[in-house]
Amino acid sequence: MIEIESVRLAYGDRTVLYNISLSLTERRVGIIGANGSGKSSFARLLNGLVLPSSGAVRVDGLNTRAKGKEVRRKVGFVFQNPDNQIVFPTVAEDLAFGMKNLGLPKDEIARKTDAILARYDMTDLRDHPAHLLSGGQKQLLAISGVLVMDPAYLVLDEPTTLLDLRNTRRVAAALDALDQTVILVTHDLDLLVAFDRVLVFDEGRIVADETPTKALAFYREHMA
Amino acid sequence: MLDLYRPGASPLHRLSPGPKLLAMMLCGTALFLVESLPLVAAALILTLGLYRLAGLPLRLAAAQLRPLAVILVIFFALQYWLSGPLLAAFVVTRLAALILLASLVTLTTRASDMIDTITAALALLRPLGVNPAKVGLAISLALRFIPVLGQITAEVREAQKTRGLERSVIATALPVAIRTLKMADDISDAIEARGYDPRA
Repeated sequence: MIEIESVRLAYGDRTVLYNISLSLTERRVGIIGANGSGKSSFARLLNGLVLPSSGAVRVDGLNTRAKGKEVRRKVGFVFQNPDNQIVFPTVAEDLAFGMKNLGLPKDEIARKTDAILARYDMTDLRDHPAHLLSGGQKQLLAISGVLVMDPAYLVLDEPTTLLDLRNTRRVAAALDALDQTVILVTHDLDLLVAFDRVLVFDEGRIVADETPTKALAFYREHMA
Repeated sequence: MLDLYRPGASPLHRLSPGPKLLAMMLCGTALFLVESLPLVAAALILTLGLYRLAGLPLRLAAAQLRPLAVILVIFFALQYWLSGPLLAAFVVTRLAALILLASLVTLTTRASDMIDTITAALALLRPLGVNPAKVGLAISLALRFIPVLGQITAEVREAQKTRGLERSVIATALPVAIRTLKMADDISDAIEARGYDPRA
C-alpha cells in the first residue's frame, strides 16, 4: 500500500501540490489532469524521485525520505520519453543495468534478460542498438528495464504520449497483463476504462477520486 | 562502439575484452615501431584474416575505413608529395591496419563487456579518488547518447530550416543546448529510479 499523508510539494516559491492525503490500495490506479496540474510531480513522489516539502509518502510502511533506495526497489518508474530512460547502447545491455544495480549474479541477469525479451517478442533485438528501435519498441524496452527489477508497484508517467495507436495498444496490452500494482499518469482516457480507481488533478489538488466511469465523466465535463 | 558490435560465436567473440584490448594496444604500438612496408602490409592482411576468423565479411572491414577515406587520401597525397610513393603507401597502410584492428575489437565485443573491463581496470586508481563505476557509466552514457544528440540536432535544424534559419548557428545551438539540459535532468532521474548508487 502507498500512503500519502498531508503532502505539500513546492519548487522554490511555486507550490505544485497542496495538502494531499490518500492511500493507494487498488491494483490499477489512473491519474489524469491538464498539463501543469501536478500529476507528474505526484507520480515522482511515489518512488522518492521527489521528496515532499511537508508531509510524508510511505510505500509498504517505508518513508520515501528515509528509505529512498528501498522504496525505489519496490516502485519502478517509467518515463514519458523512453529515449531518456534507456542508458545503455544495446537492448540486452540496458536490461542488465537495473539488475546489476541490484547486485544480481550474471547468470540470473542473463536468464531474466532472455525471459523478458521472449515475453515481449524482442528476442531478435537482443543486441540491437537502442537508438535504432521504433518508438513502441523503445517504450517496451523501458518498461522491461524496470520489470526485470521485480518491483511491486509500477508508476508510468504518460508512457504512450509519443506513440502511435498500434504501439499504444501494444503498451496497453503489456500493462494489462502485469501482476504488479500499476499507477498510470496519462492523457489517453481510453487506457483507464478498466482501471479500479482514477484520480483527477487540477492546479495541484485532487478534484475527483472515483471509479473510471465517474472520474472520466467528471474530467470531460469540467476540464475539457 | 556506438552500434558496431556484431553478435557471433567466433573465438574472437568469446575472448574476454581484457586480452583483446591488451593485444590491440601491443599491436598498435608495434605497428608504430615497424618501419617496413612489407611488414605493415602483412599486418594489414593478418588483420583482414582476423575479420574472416571472426566471421565478419570483408565489406564490413571496408565500411570501417569509409568514413576516414578522405583523411587516408589526404595523408597519401601529402606523403607522396613530400616523400614519394613508398612512404605514402607505408603511412596509409599502417593507419588502415590500426583502424581495422581497433574496429575489430569493437565489432566483436559488447559495449557493456568493454565497459566492465575498463571499470575493473580503473579499480586500481581508486586510491587516487577515481570512482570506476562512475567512469563506466559515463562511457556508456556517452555511447548511448551521441546518436540521440545527433537526432536532436537534426530535428532542430529541420525546424529552423522551415523558418529560414538553417544558416544560423545560434538558432540551432540554443534549442539543442536547452533540450540537452532538459534531457540530462530526465536521464539523471531515470538512472536514480533504476537503483543506481554512485557510491557503490
